[in-house]
Amino acid sequence: MSLTTFLQQCLTGISLGGAYALIAIGYTLVYGILRLINFAHGDIFMMAGYFMIFAMASLPWFIAVPLVLLVTVLLGVSIERVAYRPLRTAPRMSVMISAIGVSYLLQNLATYLFTALPKGYPEIPFLKKIFQIGGLSASFVTFLTPVLTLIIVYVLIVLINKTKIGMAMRAVSKDYDTAALMGIKINRVITFTFAVGSLLAAVGSVLYFTDRMTVFPFSGSLPGLKCFVAAVFGGIGSIPGAVIGGFILGLGETALVALGYSTFSDAFTFVLLIIILLIKPTGLFGEKTTDKV
Amino acid sequence: MKKAIVSKNKLYTLIALLVVIGLLAFLQVNSAEYSYPISILERSAIYAVVAVSMNLLTGFTGLFSLGQAGFMAIGAYTVAILTIPVDNRPSVYYVNGISPVIENLHCPFWMALIIAGLLAAAVAALIGIPVLRLKSDYLAIATLGFSEIIRAILAAPQLDRITNGSYGLKNIPGFPNLFAAFGLCALCIGLMVLLINSSYGRAFKALREDEIAAQAMGLNLFHYKELAFVISSFFTGVGGGLLAMFMRSIEARTFSISLTYDILLIVVLGGIGSVTGSVLGAFLVTAGREWLRFFDNPLTIGGVQIPLFRSGFRMVIFSILLMVVVLFYRRGIMGSNEFSWDGLGRLLKSIPARLSGKYKSKKGENA
Repeated sequence: MSLTTFLQQCLTGISLGGAYALIAIGYTLVYGILRLINFAHGDIFMMAGYFMIFAMASLPWFIAVPLVLLVTVLLGVSIERVAYRPLRTAPRMSVMISAIGVSYLLQNLATYLFTALPKGYPEIPFLKKIFQIGGLSASFVTFLTPVLTLIIVYVLIVLINKTKIGMAMRAVSKDYDTAALMGIKINRVITFTFAVGSLLAAVGSVLYFTDRMTVFPFSGSLPGLKCFVAAVFGGIGSIPGAVIGGFILGLGETALVALGYSTFSDAFTFVLLIIILLIKPTGLFGEKTTDKV
Repeated sequence: MKKAIVSKNKLYTLIALLVVIGLLAFLQVNSAEYSYPISILERSAIYAVVAVSMNLLTGFTGLFSLGQAGFMAIGAYTVAILTIPVDNRPSVYYVNGISPVIENLHCPFWMALIIAGLLAAAVAALIGIPVLRLKSDYLAIATLGFSEIIRAILAAPQLDRITNGSYGLKNIPGFPNLFAAFGLCALCIGLMVLLINSSYGRAFKALREDEIAAQAMGLNLFHYKELAFVISSFFTGVGGGLLAMFMRSIEARTFSISLTYDILLIVVLGGIGSVTGSVLGAFLVTAGREWLRFFDNPLTIGGVQIPLFRSGFRMVIFSILLMVVVLFYRRGIMGSNEFSWDGLGRLLKSIPARLSGKYKSKKGENA
């Protein structure tokens, strides 16, 4: 393999990893606060893809993109309101089953509304423009994804560490009941968390699907699981961890495809999961927790 | 007096059993005429086996595993490879040819089912060593991951000469008769019920209630978790084998995550922690899915075509139903109770009162 091909593959991997990282952050935020694997997160990402198709059908991209972000946020927040909030005091297994139910519902709804056939993803002209750097050639989106991811992560970290709502989020994730006693409006914080998660999923969806070209009802389920693995890998609750996990996953997967083992590229993710859970169950940057009787 | 009641219940059970056997005999004689209902019933019975085996883990041991589809795939492929008639094999493997290792491997279906279960159990034993150290949601995602890995391996081009890759396996011999199909399902469920009521079953329930307390009572956590996982996977594998015999042709795509979700739906609907609930859920879900087929067909009322009714609507209704059960009837049909004739009697007696709105159900009491 020549150096150019190698760099080309690296670029693809980093770009994929950036999109994964954005979705993984959504998982890590929600899990950090609710201790819930939001199985529907991948499907929110898929729905954002469909919203984009319909928005772009009649609107220019600079109106369509903000609109899609807004609708996706609404979807994410209303899912939390309808499916997770009534189960706040229920056992964790019930909430998880509810999350699986929402995922199932969104997939079936998408199959019903948009048919199971893949639909072409609209092209935003400037994102698809091909750039040449030395021997490398890639579309603008490939360069944009990692940069945008890093900017978003920086903003998010500032938001969580410097603002009032960020402090509330940290308080809720540390101790739910105490935070409520301190006068933090738990439900508002959770809604905000879901809004941020869905927003990032929508951004990730634009970047991911611009590269993939098609959307179908199940195109969210596997990336969703993978991004959860990325979040676990980096240490659940940690944003830098989720980003690093996303990039490692993207690079590893691209490497396997490049080496000709594309059937195992999905399996790679789960092997990674098992390994990290065995060696360091809290992930790379996870905090240690102990169970009390 | 007490004794008389017990024997009355036994009598009811005997009568119910005879009715079922009579019905099966009737369907067997007229199998050509009733092929559609028979296929629904067979599928329900097979799903019941898998649902009970999932319940054994989720409901009785408190391990939330989502690997069912993967173990079913192992069972299904084992049965398919072992039972496809040797003469038919060249036509099944016409694309890639058959690997010489399995070319002449053949055995009767009951033996193939046992091997299928054992193979699934062996894989589960291996997977269990790392995975069962994990807690609730990590366990769910790790087993889900393994199920995907198993599917990826079965579909891998490197195994084309054994699993026939994306072409799938066909010409699998079906059940010799209805009694074999339902008898096998009943046998599997019966064995699991015996296990649940044994001292092992009590250990599983202790684990479910409180792991630390169970450990303090001297239970070896890992040992019992592994045992539950392996036994559940054994029956899931057998269930997969039965599914292969039922469907007659299988491909890796059948065993995707959505199959696990289907089984989960059955378990949740029937009541987590109730064997009879799972069986009931399996029949209701499978039959309901067929009856709801009219949702998928265009409907015209008074010359106006209702635009909602088209392909896929059925599954939307189904997932909404699942959500309603999860959100509002978290206990499912049976909760964690088992079916009993006394319970049925109470339910029947309470119907008039319920209809007039005077009935107030006591908490914890379920028919």
